[in-house]
Amino acid sequence: MAHWLFTEEHELVRKTVRNWVEKEIKPYVEEWENAGEFPRELFARAGELGFLGLTYPEEYGGSGEDYLAGAVFFEEMARCGSAGVAAGLGASMAIAGPQIYKFGSEELKNRFLPPTISGKKIGALAITEPNAGSDVASIQTTARNMGDHYLVNGSKIFITNGVRADYVVTAVKTDPAAGHKGISLLVIEKGTPGFTVAKKLDKLGWNTSDTGELVFEDCRVPGENLVGRENMGFYYIMQNFAWERLVMALEAVASAQLAIDVAAEYARQRVQFGRPLSKFQVTRHKLADMASLVETARCLTYHALSLYVSGRDAVTEVAMAKLYACEIANRVTDEAVQIHGGYGYMMEYPVQRFWRDARIGTIGGGTSDIMKQVIAGRLIK
Amino acid sequence: MKILVCLKQTFDTEAKITLDSNGKIESKGVSMIMNPYDEFAVEEALRIKEKGEGEVTVISVGGQQTQDALRQALAMGADKAVLVDPGEIELDEFSTATVLAKTIGGMEYDIILGGFRAIDDGSAQVVGRVAELLNIPVVNVVTKLEIEGGKALATREVEGGSEVIEVALPAAFTAQKGLNEPRYPSMKGIMKAKKKPMDKKTLADVGLDENQIAAKVKALSFSLPEARQAGKVIPGEAAEAAKELARLLREEAKVI
Ligand SMILES: Cc1cc2nc3c(=O)[nH]c(=O)nc-3n(C[C@H](O)[C@H](O)[C@H](O)COP(=O)(O)OP(=O)(O)OC[C@H]3O[C@@H](n4cnc5c(N)ncnc54)[C@H](O)[C@@H]3O)c2cc1C
Ligand SMILES: Cc1cc2nc3c(=O)[nH]c(=O)nc-3n(C[C@H](O)[C@H](O)[C@H](O)COP(=O)(O)OP(=O)(O)OC[C@H]3O[C@@H](n4cnc5c(N)ncnc54)[C@H](O)[C@@H]3O)c2cc1C
Repeated sequence: MAHWLFTEEHELVRKTVRNWVEKEIKPYVEEWENAGEFPRELFARAGELGFLGLTYPEEYGGSGEDYLAGAVFFEEMARCGSAGVAAGLGASMAIAGPQIYKFGSEELKNRFLPPTISGKKIGALAITEPNAGSDVASIQTTARNMGDHYLVNGSKIFITNGVRADYVVTAVKTDPAAGHKGISLLVIEKGTPGFTVAKKLDKLGWNTSDTGELVFEDCRVPGENLVGRENMGFYYIMQNFAWERLVMALEAVASAQLAIDVAAEYARQRVQFGRPLSKFQVTRHKLADMASLVETARCLTYHALSLYVSGRDAVTEVAMAKLYACEIANRVTDEAVQIHGGYGYMMEYPVQRFWRDARIGTIGGGTSDIMKQVIAGRLIK
Repeated sequence: MKILVCLKQTFDTEAKITLDSNGKIESKGVSMIMNPYDEFAVEEALRIKEKGEGEVTVISVGGQQTQDALRQALAMGADKAVLVDPGEIELDEFSTATVLAKTIGGMEYDIILGGFRAIDDGSAQVVGRVAELLNIPVVNVVTKLEIEGGKALATREVEGGSEVIEVALPAAFTAQKGLNEPRYPSMKGIMKAKKKPMDKKTLADVGLDENQIAAKVKALSFSLPEARQAGKVIPGEAAEAAKELARLLREEAKVI
């Protein structure tokens, strides 16, 4: 049964994405995992089919600003069993693009949104630096205003799509003395002199997405590439965090569900002590606990999503959903490995990947500790 | 060019079929899809339309939930949908074809398309019967279709090869796998599908009553295929095991 949040249209989006994932993604996941990235053409394919435009209005090539449809897309993407694929598409569609769409000038929107939505250009959002992760306000990359351009110096780390992005929405200090009130966002295009990709990073999970380290040395960025107003960057970043975190929570729930499905099937087939594991009360109860955790996380996430799409304040609930869903995804995928016994530890079985991929959930997009800070900050005035 | 596509909603190919306490096929909780062969027909209709000018209308006989399959066709690019809901009565191929033919009889058309069979009951009768009732030619199991100047060149499968048939329009064609690769519904199409006309009719609306479409055949019983036996693992050294495997294939399975 479809959840009440979603309309008939959303269910048709779901069916379409599911079909696409079955036909054009699942069969290639192992190959992409080994290659360390999914092919660039997948952006164009997802664009052609309209998936990257689900959360954008028609004037830029989207199908309407429908965040529920976007949510359905990410839930179904997670079912491919390689979380890096959605991470890559999502960093462009749901993380970099919205900064330009929500806060950029009409000129920036016309330059970057149509190609992002069609998948011809790949976007990234670069905030994190070697010395500034959770503490966003402490970033050290500077952008000196030189009149018609900015001179950018500094480096960024752990940037999803960083290696092959055509443009990077980059958080910079335009007023280094002003803390979080001195941050701005600049769109820096690939090929801009002074901008180099230092390296592609090796990771525990999310192996189908590329994660890069970026360096800016006297990089000249045209003044018109400023997103919104100077020194407003911190607020822009915080505003889109809601959507990014919802997407992470939705993906965590869907991936944990996938781990349960796979573990339950394994338990039905694996025979020990003369019976399938699925006949042991220990295994049955373990699966029941896993399913209950995931259902709780799903309800909380859908609740946060419904608040978000209705335009109400969703900061607390979104932080709770991200915190809870990502934490339980670690537990549930861990139990799924456990049910697989020694086979769960072997690379040949996808369940180990669900566990590795889930691990980023409580780190990226604001760690679990930071989610608790957000929640407590609202709780204790 | 007016193109009509007859389509049916069927069980998902992934669905696990079970029987209810009365021995009937359990439909509760089963996810439904557009019959895959009808999807080829919808795709072909859209391609014909896109080559020139035309209008694609999709028609289905079924309950209200059938709207999902029709909406999918609208999201793919069809212009209009017609749903005839016969109510809670048993239908056979005769009934369905009669309803379709009666509905289509009141419409303009040059081409009628449909899947050559539905994946659920697999009778491969409906479009042929509709053509018969409308007194137009039908070409079955088509894998290629070219339309030009009031004529159609249809390539169809025959045992061991293919056959090309020329036929004057209006005519009916049934789609076989290989005819085309159906497109995914577009996201814009999905969001707009609800705004496209969906004409919902009852039997009375098309000028029929239950007696006129009473089923001529009745399924007496359904049975599920027997559960698969567990496989056999042959232990031992590879060379020995291979010998044993060959022996079993010859003597037990009798396949070599
Ligand atoms: C695969 C991957 C992809 C990523 N993609 C992007 C991207 O596209 N763009 C981008 O900008 N960033 C990206 N990141 C970076 C990510 O957002 C950061 O890793 C994250 O915000 C944590 O920062 P950090 O790694 O510097 O850890 P730190 O901030 O050093 O935190 C280390 C530990 O200390 C805890 N901690 C920190 N401060 C506090 C506190 N005040 N109270 C209690 N505990 C605290 C944290 O919770 C954590 O457990 C990505 C990271 C990874 C691993
Ligand atoms: C890296 C690695 C190195 C290894 N090295 C060796 C080695 O050197 N020598 C060697 O002989 N073996 C070795 N093993 C095998 C290891 O001992 C087994 O994987 C382990 O005993 C579990 O058996 P299994 O993998 O068949 O899982 P299973 O026995 O199939 O168990 C699967 C799951 O079902 C649970 N389960 C099973 N029975 C019951 C029950 N009755 N009630 C409730 N729950 C149950 C288990 O706890 C587990 O969670 C190694 C395994 C690995 C991964």
